[in-house]
Amino acid sequence: MRLGNRRKKLILLTVVMALIFIAIYAFGILIPEEEIAGSFLEARRPPSPSHPFGTDALGRDLLLRTFKGLSVSLTVGFAASAVSAVIAILVGIGAAAGARWVDGVMNWVIDLVMGVPHTILIILISFSAGRGLKGLLIGIAATHWCSLARLIRGEVLQLQSQPYIAVSRKLGKSSGWILVHHLLPHLLPQFFVGLILMLPHAILHEASISFLGFGLPPEQPAIGIILSESMGYLSAGLWWPALLPGLTLVLLVLLVDNLGEQLQKLLDPSSAQE
Amino acid sequence: MEQKKETLLEIHDLSISFRMYHQGLEQKELQVISDLYLTIYPGEIVAVAGSSGSGKSLLASAILGLLPGNATVHGHLHYQGQELTPERQRRLRGREIALVPQSVAYLDPLMKIGPQTDGHEKSRSPERRRQLFARFGLPEETEGLYPFQLSGGMARRVLVSTALLTDARLVIADEPTPGMSLDQALEALGMFREMADEGRAVILITHDIDLAFEFADRVAVFYGGTTVETAPASDFKKGPEALRHPYSKALWSALPQNGFHPIPGFQPYPGDLPEGCLFAPRCPLKTAECTAAVPPVQEIRGGEVRCYHGT
Amino acid sequence: MKGSLGRLARIFLTYSIKMTTLLLAVSVISFALVSESPVDPVQQYILGLGTAVSPEQREQIEDYWGVDEPPAERYIHWLSELLQGNLGESLLYRRPVADIIGERFLNSLALMLCAWVLSGGIGFTLGCIMGMYQGQWPDKILKRICYIISSVPTFWLGLVLLLVFSVWLGWFPIGFSSPVGVLEEEVTIWQRLYHLILPAFTLSLLSFVNIALHTRQKLADVLNSEYVLFARARGEGPWTILRRHGLRNILLPAVTLQFASFAELFGGSVLAENVFSYPGLGSAVSAAGLNSDVPLLLGITLFSTLFVCVGNMIANLLYGIIDPQIQEVSL
Repeated sequence: MRLGNRRKKLILLTVVMALIFIAIYAFGILIPEEEIAGSFLEARRPPSPSHPFGTDALGRDLLLRTFKGLSVSLTVGFAASAVSAVIAILVGIGAAAGARWVDGVMNWVIDLVMGVPHTILIILISFSAGRGLKGLLIGIAATHWCSLARLIRGEVLQLQSQPYIAVSRKLGKSSGWILVHHLLPHLLPQFFVGLILMLPHAILHEASISFLGFGLPPEQPAIGIILSESMGYLSAGLWWPALLPGLTLVLLVLLVDNLGEQLQKLLDPSSAQE
Repeated sequence: MEQKKETLLEIHDLSISFRMYHQGLEQKELQVISDLYLTIYPGEIVAVAGSSGSGKSLLASAILGLLPGNATVHGHLHYQGQELTPERQRRLRGREIALVPQSVAYLDPLMKIGPQTDGHEKSRSPERRRQLFARFGLPEETEGLYPFQLSGGMARRVLVSTALLTDARLVIADEPTPGMSLDQALEALGMFREMADEGRAVILITHDIDLAFEFADRVAVFYGGTTVETAPASDFKKGPEALRHPYSKALWSALPQNGFHPIPGFQPYPGDLPEGCLFAPRCPLKTAECTAAVPPVQEIRGGEVRCYHGT
Repeated sequence: MKGSLGRLARIFLTYSIKMTTLLLAVSVISFALVSESPVDPVQQYILGLGTAVSPEQREQIEDYWGVDEPPAERYIHWLSELLQGNLGESLLYRRPVADIIGERFLNSLALMLCAWVLSGGIGFTLGCIMGMYQGQWPDKILKRICYIISSVPTFWLGLVLLLVFSVWLGWFPIGFSSPVGVLEEEVTIWQRLYHLILPAFTLSLLSFVNIALHTRQKLADVLNSEYVLFARARGEGPWTILRRHGLRNILLPAVTLQFASFAELFGGSVLAENVFSYPGLGSAVSAAGLNSDVPLLLGITLFSTLFVCVGNMIANLLYGIIDPQIQEVSL
């Protein structure tokens, strides 16, 4: 009875959070570009009922810009996380199931990626790709897979020592068969949880890199760009372009983070107990 | 016996259960000690015998008030006639009641033996410890070593020293002798004997039953988390006919020098305890009343036994 | 003692080899990446000069960049120059890259060192409190705070601090590591420190979470250990246990973790320096990237890798010191 209730609550909470998440995303996507275009008559307005987040120096509504920016950040973050998670699962399985030297090489590569500060590496990749969306995506994807890959490697090593896998092997099943029938079903929840848990980091990195000017082009309403612009008006006392969009970003990251945790509890109950 | 006047420690109807999470989220109470009794008088060594899982080591934690947070304790614990409340346990442990733990894992891996043996109270001089180490045949360099550098036997002697250095009136020794040579074990037990003769008391939780019989005054036999019999140690030297409980007799017969006859069956698991007498499922004397209710404690020939058929 | 020295030497040697391979790999990868860039370095250089160049000069510049050579040869050329200590000349600052790195690294080092010490101190203390009150309200509240802070982007926190303390309260300057209009030599250490406070605080706030959660976990493990049970049996109170056994067993792992987190520290400093216009390596690297200053970008990339590697090396050596005892006990 207790078990059922707690699980039900957990599912309900997860669904509610997922719905909020989807609503934010949909809201951002559905905002038409022309809505954002502002007028100079409305420039530098502090928050008011008609502009809850105020307007920026060009008179654009910051609420709409922020949510548009968040949806852009989410898209970029999600795409980069997905690529990163796929890299992680390939590297993780390769390192655990392959020959010893493969494991050694993979570990060395992981050390390599961890050895360069990620911000620098993404700047470098972005520079190489001529800035913009492509470099940003590659950069974030290339830097976020390491810890998940290590996790999956450990999981595969542990699974391989399980008796039923040894039995399958004795029965003459090929490695590929074992991978598809035994390993992947176990790794799939890990993969999705890892993906969701990676998302907040990817979003934060996207915002940081855009803030530095290496990410999305300035005409995009990305959250990092809004904040970067706001820096110029800070000393003039324009607090709302810095405060409110950033706060919204933090809340979104917290939401995604929590969503990941709930999913982890649902898919992998053993990890829920500390 | 003149001991009968005042007890040092009195335990009755002690039950301990643990709250466990079963299959992830479901709660379950696991009874590990039920209706246990034990009385300790000043000046005696009481050996606690029983196979592993009989609740011997938990007893020490219960007396010291060191059970984990998910444990529930029922029953009565009295020290020097007064109830042992958690507050009192906090005040007494390390001062009035000392513990000799089971293994080297109970020593801080990163603290040198010397200061570690002396303990946290600054008043203690290293001089007494050095004398004690010398008596135990521990070389002088021992005090500069880390726990991982000790051999098993050295570690045991260090652990025993920690308790001997206190002025505790009650020492609870949890398996103090394994790993020691016979001489060292005799030395350690001899020191416990000296302590007892000074009017202090020792609870000796042990597997080395035959060695314990030599030094102990009384023996308490535990089974499945309860006391089945307490008897003068001399009865155990006499043989099974002097013992009262069928399990004590079986334990005696299972000793190597007595023929090594094991009893069939297993000790019940916590969470799966039988109704009535815990030993009934394995008992040759089992009758209907045994499975109906837990037998009361009765005095027979100067010992106490929890059995309908005690002789 | 001799044995442990030998072990440390072995760790040092293995890690040095690994470090060399890593640095070499980073140099290859970063060189390949900047070679892939659509930006033409010669054109950038000439544009940066702002004056017309004669054909001879242009040839000289092209020769330096090795425009006609295949990338592999250019790399070898660049690497051999690098090994002789020549990192090239910065397009942006018109000075040798090595000088710029040396100068700016001092600024960054001051910033990172402050943040490092501060975050270590805050994190360790909070971790100890959380561990001591595990499962109780101080632990729950602090844990929540830690999770929230780890969701805050560095640069935004910097912006908010700048807004509150510099713009609204006027306590701190808005940027630069020294007052504007004062000669470099006349800047006092106090003025420097004054300009360091906000960026260092920003940087440390974001990196203390790791160490706090790590310390909390380690302390919880220690408190659940058998030796702490015995310490309690001997009458030690909770704070005596923390002092006698807790600190002894968790301090070194925490310091080790701090050394292993140089990558995050450096990454964070890039953002913090940009927000506070602090003249360190972090603001130089983003300026180099934005202005296509390839030599400076490459130089800082390599230097930051070296910096991270040194931290990891120290962490490894520290592990070498604590490892044998812990290992043998757990056997």
